[in-house]
Amino acid sequence: MSHISPVLWQFLAKWLQHCPLFPPEASTIAPQMDALFFFLVLISLVGLTLVVLLVVAFSVLYSKNRHPKAVQIEGSTLLEATWTIIPLGLFLVAFVWGALIYFRVYTPPPNAMNIYVVGKQWMWKVEHPGGQHEIDELHVPVGRAVQLTLISQDVFHSFSIPAFRVKREAIPGRYTSVWFEATKPGTYNLFCTQYCGTGHSTMIGHVVVMKSGAYRKWLASSTSGMSLAQDGERLFASLSCNACHNTRPNARGPNLVGVYGSQLTLDDGQTVTADAAYLRQAILDPSQNATEGYAAIMPTYQGQISEGGVVELIEYIRNLTTGYRLQETLNTTQLPPVNESKTAAPAPGAQTEVNP
Amino acid sequence: MSSATIVNLPDPSTARIPKMNFLTRENGLLSWLLTGDHKRIATLYLISITFFFFIGGALAGLIRLELLTPQSDLMAADTYNKVFTMHGLIMIFLFLVPSVPATIGNFVIPMMVGAKDLALPKINLLSWYLYILAGGVMIYTMMVGGVDTGWTFTAPLSTHYLNTNVISAGLAVFIAGFSSIFTGLNFIVTIHKMRCPGMTWFRLPLFVWANYAASILMVLGTPVLAITLVLVILERTIHIGVFDPAYGGDPLLFQHLFWFYSHPAVYIMILPGMGVISEVISTFSRKRVFGYTAVAFSSVAIAVFGFFVWAHHMFIMGISNYAALVFSLLTMLVAVPSAIKIFNWAFTLYKGSITFETPMLYAIGFMGLFTIGGMTGIFLGATGTDIHLTETYFVVAHFHFVMVGGMLMAFLAGIHFWWPKWTGRMYPEKISQFAAVVTYIGFNLTFFPQFILGMLGMPRRYAAYPPQFQVLNVFSTAGATVLGVGYLLPVLYLTWSLRYGAIAGSNPWQATGLEWQTQSPPLTENFTEIPIMDHEAYDYEWLERQQAKEVASV
Repeated sequence: MSHISPVLWQFLAKWLQHCPLFPPEASTIAPQMDALFFFLVLISLVGLTLVVLLVVAFSVLYSKNRHPKAVQIEGSTLLEATWTIIPLGLFLVAFVWGALIYFRVYTPPPNAMNIYVVGKQWMWKVEHPGGQHEIDELHVPVGRAVQLTLISQDVFHSFSIPAFRVKREAIPGRYTSVWFEATKPGTYNLFCTQYCGTGHSTMIGHVVVMKSGAYRKWLASSTSGMSLAQDGERLFASLSCNACHNTRPNARGPNLVGVYGSQLTLDDGQTVTADAAYLRQAILDPSQNATEGYAAIMPTYQGQISEGGVVELIEYIRNLTTGYRLQETLNTTQLPPVNESKTAAPAPGAQTEVNP
Repeated sequence: MSSATIVNLPDPSTARIPKMNFLTRENGLLSWLLTGDHKRIATLYLISITFFFFIGGALAGLIRLELLTPQSDLMAADTYNKVFTMHGLIMIFLFLVPSVPATIGNFVIPMMVGAKDLALPKINLLSWYLYILAGGVMIYTMMVGGVDTGWTFTAPLSTHYLNTNVISAGLAVFIAGFSSIFTGLNFIVTIHKMRCPGMTWFRLPLFVWANYAASILMVLGTPVLAITLVLVILERTIHIGVFDPAYGGDPLLFQHLFWFYSHPAVYIMILPGMGVISEVISTFSRKRVFGYTAVAFSSVAIAVFGFFVWAHHMFIMGISNYAALVFSLLTMLVAVPSAIKIFNWAFTLYKGSITFETPMLYAIGFMGLFTIGGMTGIFLGATGTDIHLTETYFVVAHFHFVMVGGMLMAFLAGIHFWWPKWTGRMYPEKISQFAAVVTYIGFNLTFFPQFILGMLGMPRRYAAYPPQFQVLNVFSTAGATVLGVGYLLPVLYLTWSLRYGAIAGSNPWQATGLEWQTQSPPLTENFTEIPIMDHEAYDYEWLERQQAKEVASV
């Protein structure tokens, strides 16, 4: 091999060393999913070996040279039943095992910390409750359950972290969620896996898993100074939501204090849980989601608030446990406006005063 | 390997192509363009799908070249997106869907059932014209700048966010859909109504069963695709608000509608291929297909179950967890008939008398690759692993194993198998065996690394990718060049054989199907007298008695 240049050899060696054949396992779910993966690899290999063996053996044993006259056989119910039932059984094992993992990945534990992710062409905007805003990066602590609440502002995107074996579609117009618990500090790939237009392949980033001390340090040094809920409060005031949603007895809109997670009865008699998905709908399409006892007078905010803004409002409402902060916003709106001028028009005048 | 062969050619010194046959009956362009003869229409189809196959193949070559390096350096991302979209659209709607049914099926089904032609010859011709129109619109789309939605037309990307030629591409697919509906309709009517005396359902060759099942899917599934495309076009032009949440629509509705067709569509593509494999394996092992009824009903089972698994494309898209459960279970069920087929084919070889001509090599290749393709489908049908593997190169590898490793191998098996019937001449055996082996090697080299890439998490439809994926991509691109050679060879030697191939005689493979009991190339109306089916399908003893009788009468 001396005629091959050593430079080429070095190049090849370096190249091949940087060719991983299996992704890192960096979450609690990853080893579980890999176990199923290898089970499936195993049954595939057994199946394939069996087929190859049968074909090769029969091809050799019964080639025309050796076996010039074919023996006609109709079939065999017993054999056919065997190769119906055994694959079916194996496939059902794969089904049950897969379903167990699937439910685990898409059922976040109640104590998971929530991070909002908004996908848009072509970036991931990550909003931490503490006011850390990231683009195409996600910092998470090791050993804690993290739930991602995903939404897209435009087209389908898909949030994929191969090292964690989790992936979830970010869909325009509805929240989806996924959770994971990272087990190994490090930096991992983050991909958008759903084709989303020109910059699809640039919609990639990193997930940084940090030890809890480093994570706390990162949280402190990266916050914008305003938590998501505080941003939401400011938006709430600037959109004059408090013109109706105040805690006064004659308020035209329902009281939002403690509404998050409660059961609401709607105009049409339906009962819903006031979760993020409902609140988002109620803000963007209020006429279809009016609470019982209130006139459907709220204007739509579709197209006026970005998904990031909706997330802030939801986070604000979620953290609204007393009426005090809400009344405070009434005072702040009387101060010189911060960043709004025309959008602050109050809701269309209510002709009817509705008292709950 | 053995030099034994079943090929039985007439004496070359005296053999002549019959003067009167469907190719020579009439001459001139108009006699082709206005023909009602299923064999001529099949020929037109064969030429046209080969043309589109090579356009689609060239686009595939561009994709692989771009992916040779991690950066998007050969093409800009936009161009790359258009290239893979056009590759998908052309290969699926203009090659795979019509490949076996509209060419081989069109050619042999009427002969297999002992009929003079398909039931509706003019509809058959209309189907080809629609195909050509669809192809024309597709080429127009490409000429005016292409489209970059991906072949899935995903809304709201396609309805709102792209300014490429979505409407003309959608129109092309819409028209192609009607072409395939007409083909399916024609097959269903023919198989029900035109079987010759004695040809009961369970005497039909398995190729007919497979195409019948595929035809049902075409007729029932394709209209849903047509509706979906119309809605996409309406949403794009007048913003009707069905799919785009900005107009009050629901993007998941698009996914449901699209996959309601497009999942059955993969069975439209693969079932006729499975039919070819049944014919070829039986012929070259001189045996009745093991468990004929099981194989026949497994085709029907695939067609039925195939309609109820569409949401397995949406496991990560926020459908209810319980819906995912149901669709995963049904997906496991639809995998079983395919497993049955594979084992039945394997056992057809048992105690046979096997020879290894080119169609058989392709069929054996099919069995290996389709097994891998089918098993990796289980990885994706199991909800847990699907989360990690979906939307990555694992999916790309999976469906290329099924569609290229499965369907294209079956198509080539069928083309070689019926070539002597079609043209009256043999293809050159040695070089075509070589091409089959080249195809097999090239295929595995191209697509196997993509499974590993998918497991590593490399997403589909990326013009640029992280450098750690490069080595495997280089293997894949290298394989694609080998594969390209494997596909070019048949075009060359099959064209050569049109003039220089040995005269085939009416039944070079000594096969049992009725199509082999008439001259090659057949007469315009296939048979001199309406055949009477007095034996089971694949009855090689009947064939021997028949030949003995002929010898005796001479």
